[in-house]
Amino acid sequence: MITEQVVDRLKSIMGSEKRILMEKADLVSYSYDGSFGAYLPEIILQPISTEEVAGAVKLANEMKIPVYPRGRGTSLSGGPLPVHGGIVLDFSRWTQTLVIDPEDTVAIVSPGVITADIDREAKQHGLMYPPDPSSSHVSTIGGNLAENAGGPRGLKYGVTKDYVLGLEIVTPEGEIIRTGGRTVKNVTGYDLTKLIVGSEGTLGIITEATLQLIPRPQATQTMMVIFDDIIDAGKAISAVLTSGILPSKMEIMDQSSIRAVEEFQPIGLPVDVDAIILIELDGHPIAIRDESEQVKQVCLGVGAREAIIARDEESAERLWKARKLVSPAIVRKKPTKISEDATIPRSKIPEMFRRLQEIKAKYEIDLVVFGHAGDGNLHPNIITDKQDKEEMKRVEKAVEEIFTVAIELGGTLSGEHGIGTMKAPFMEMELGEAGLDMMKRMKKAWDPNNIMNPGKIFPEKKGQKLVLVND
Amino acid sequence: MQMVAEGKISIEEITESMELCLGCRACETACPTNVQYGKILESFKEVKSAATGVPLMEKRALQRALPNKKLMGTMRASLRAYQKTRLDTFARKSRMLGILPEQLRAFEEITPAIEMPNKHLRRTTQTPERDPQARVAFFTGCIMDVFFAKINDLSIKLLKHAGCEVTVIKEQTCCGALQNHSGDTNTSKKLAKENIAAFEKGNFDFVVNSIGGCGAMLVEYDHLLADEPEWAERAKVFVQKNKDVSVILNKLGLDFQKEMAGVVTYQPSCHLLNVQKVSGDPVQLLESIPGITYVPLPKGDMCCGSAGIYNIVHYEESMEILDAKMEHVQKVSPDTIVTSNPGCHLQMCLGVKREGLEDRVRVVHIVELLAEACGIDHK
Repeated sequence: MITEQVVDRLKSIMGSEKRILMEKADLVSYSYDGSFGAYLPEIILQPISTEEVAGAVKLANEMKIPVYPRGRGTSLSGGPLPVHGGIVLDFSRWTQTLVIDPEDTVAIVSPGVITADIDREAKQHGLMYPPDPSSSHVSTIGGNLAENAGGPRGLKYGVTKDYVLGLEIVTPEGEIIRTGGRTVKNVTGYDLTKLIVGSEGTLGIITEATLQLIPRPQATQTMMVIFDDIIDAGKAISAVLTSGILPSKMEIMDQSSIRAVEEFQPIGLPVDVDAIILIELDGHPIAIRDESEQVKQVCLGVGAREAIIARDEESAERLWKARKLVSPAIVRKKPTKISEDATIPRSKIPEMFRRLQEIKAKYEIDLVVFGHAGDGNLHPNIITDKQDKEEMKRVEKAVEEIFTVAIELGGTLSGEHGIGTMKAPFMEMELGEAGLDMMKRMKKAWDPNNIMNPGKIFPEKKGQKLVLVND
Repeated sequence: MQMVAEGKISIEEITESMELCLGCRACETACPTNVQYGKILESFKEVKSAATGVPLMEKRALQRALPNKKLMGTMRASLRAYQKTRLDTFARKSRMLGILPEQLRAFEEITPAIEMPNKHLRRTTQTPERDPQARVAFFTGCIMDVFFAKINDLSIKLLKHAGCEVTVIKEQTCCGALQNHSGDTNTSKKLAKENIAAFEKGNFDFVVNSIGGCGAMLVEYDHLLADEPEWAERAKVFVQKNKDVSVILNKLGLDFQKEMAGVVTYQPSCHLLNVQKVSGDPVQLLESIPGITYVPLPKGDMCCGSAGIYNIVHYEESMEILDAKMEHVQKVSPDTIVTSNPGCHLQMCLGVKREGLEDRVRVVHIVELLAEACGIDHK
C-alpha cells in the first residue's frame, strides 16, 4: 500500500514533484503495454538519476512495495505490467546520456535513450550498434537490455547481450553496483552483466550501460525470394546458411502476412505466392554483389520461383517497409494480436511450418507466420478478438501447443520477447523442476523481499495455466 | 477513449490529459500502425462539449464572429486605428496594459502591423502575362485576413507571377477549424458546405491557401462530411483541389530577381506537415532562393506550442514548449525564421521577443520571403 507517508518520502527522494504521477488518467496510461492485460499501478515515478532510483527502491524494499521498471511500454511479453500494483518507474524521461567514444568504440547511455538513436549517433563515427528490434525507433535501451531484445540483424550480429560491456545497477535492496567495464575482455568474477541482461527487471534496475560498437559495413544489398511452397522456403534458408555466406538479415513472410500488408498499404508484393524471404547482405560493395548472385542461385536450386535483387536503395527500403508493416497490417482483421516468438533450431524450420499449419487448422484460428527465419526465431501471431470468449479458449489451447511443439523440436519458449506474464506457466516445461528452482534461488538471493517486478518469469503457483479470458 | 467507452475511466478523468494535447498530430506521422488520432481527439471534444458545453464567449466568437466578414473587417480597421494613432505605443509605455492578464499582454505586444487588404487584388481576377498554367481560386481565411492580409496579397501576386490565373471568391467563409477543435462539429460542417458550394462555381483547377491550419481543415472536409451522402462526393472533389501555396509555387517554379542573404531556417506548421503531409515543397522553395543559406531547424517537426488558441488557453504550458523550441532555434542562430501559418508566426515572434532577439532575427511567412526574392512588393 502506498500511504500518504510513503508519498511524502518519495517526494523528498525525487528531484521534482512534476515527475511523480498519481492521477487516475496517469495510472490508466501505465496499466498496459504491447502485450495482453491491464493492471493499475498506485504511483508512477519518472527518475532521471541513479540516486532517485536507489532512494525509491530502498524505500520500496523497506515497505515491501512492488517496483515495476518500464521503458516506453512496447514489451510484447508483459515485462512492465504492474501486476501487483505498487510503483512504476518510468525511464522514458531519462534520455540525457548518449556519449559515443570512437577510440574505445563504446557508447555510454542512460536507460531512457531510444535504441535507434544509439545506432544513429554511432553512424556519425562510422560505427554501428547492431541490435535492431523492430520497435527500435520507439523502444528504450533500458527495456532492450532488460528483455535482451533481438531483431533481424541477430542472424549475423547476435542480440543485445552480445554488445553489453558494463552496467550500473540499482539492486533490489537499493544498493548501487557496477558490473563489467569498458573492455571486450573481462573475466573478473561472475559475469553479472550477462545475468542482468535479459533478467526482465526481476534482479535489479539498469541505470547506465556501456555498449560495444563495431565498424559499420560499407554497403548493403537486399533481395526478395519468392516461393510457391513455404516448406521450400524453410529449405532455402538452410541451403543459404550452409553455402558459406552469412547474410545480415533473413526474414520470412507467409501468404497471410503478405496479403495483409498489400491490403493495408499496397507495396507491390506478389500475392499469389505461399511465402517470401527478404535477404540482406552487408559488407564491401563488390563482395556483396558477388554474394547476392550466389544466394540467388542457391535459392533457385531448392525450388524458389524467383529471386529479385533490389535495384537501388529506394526499392530495398520499400521491401523492408513491407516487413515492418506486417504487425500493423494483420491487426486490421481483428483487434487482438497474440504475438509469440517461439524459436527453434534452423534445421527444424520446415518442420515448424508444417506443425504450425496443423495447429491453425486444428483450432480454427487466424494464425499468421512471419519473422526472423534465418535464426529460427519465428513469430506465429494469432489474430483474434478478446471479446469472443469461445474463440479465446481455442486460442489458449493453440498457444500452449505452439510452445509444446517448439520445445519438442529442441527450441525455446521465447527468442527475444521475454517470458513476462504469459509464458510463465510454461517455464518448467522447458527448464525442468531443478532448472527452474535454481533460477528461483538466484532471484531469492538478489531480491529477498520479492519487490522487483514480481509476477514475471516465474509461475506464481504450481500448475498455473495460461488464461486469456476471465470467466 | 477506448477505456472511456469500456467504462474503465470517466471522461472527466481524462479531460486534463486530452485538453493539454496540442493536437499537432505529429503522432499520426510517427505512428507505424496508422492510428487516426485526429478523429479520436475530435470525438473527445465532441463528447466533452455535448456534456459540458463550450464556454459561451468562446462559442459565440467561433460560431458567429469568425465567419462574419463585416465584423472581421471592423476588427481589422479598429486594430489598425489602434496602431496608427500610436495608441499602442502609449498604452505600452503607460503600462495601461498591465491590467490585462499576462497571456493577452504577451500577444498584444507582438500583434503585427495591420494592413488593409488590396481591394484590386480581391475584386478582379488576376491574369498572368503568359498563358495561364492553372486556374486558381484563393482561400483567404478569416483571422489571416485580419492580421495578415498582406501575406494573402503577396500570395496572390506570387501565384500570378508563377503563371496562375487567380480569383478571390466573395462567397467563401471561415474554414471551421477552430470550431472543430473546440468540439462544435455542427458549425464546422455548416461552414464546410458553404465553402464547397462557393468553390464549385467557376471550375477552378486548385483552391489555394497560405495558412497551414486552415488548409488542414479544408483537406479533411471529406472526413467531416463522410456520413452526409449528398455532400461526401462533393467534399472529395474539393479536397483534391485543395493545395498549400508552397505546393503550387514549387510545382510551377519561381523566377527569382534578387540575390538574398543570411541564414534561413523553417518552422513547419504542424497541420501543414502532419495533416496536409506537405514537407518537401517549402524546403525546396527555400533552398532555391539565390543567396540564402538554408539550415534545417533541429526537431523542426516539434510543435511550437501555438496550436490554435492553445497558447492563450494553456499559456504556461505553451511557453514551456516555446522555450524548448527557442533553444533549438539558438543552435541554428538564423537571421530569418520562416513560418507557414499565422498562429506559428505569432508564436515564433513571441519566442524571438522572449529571447531578446528582435534586433537580430526576423520572422516571416514563406510567402513574404519568396515575394521579396522575386522582387514583388506589397504595394
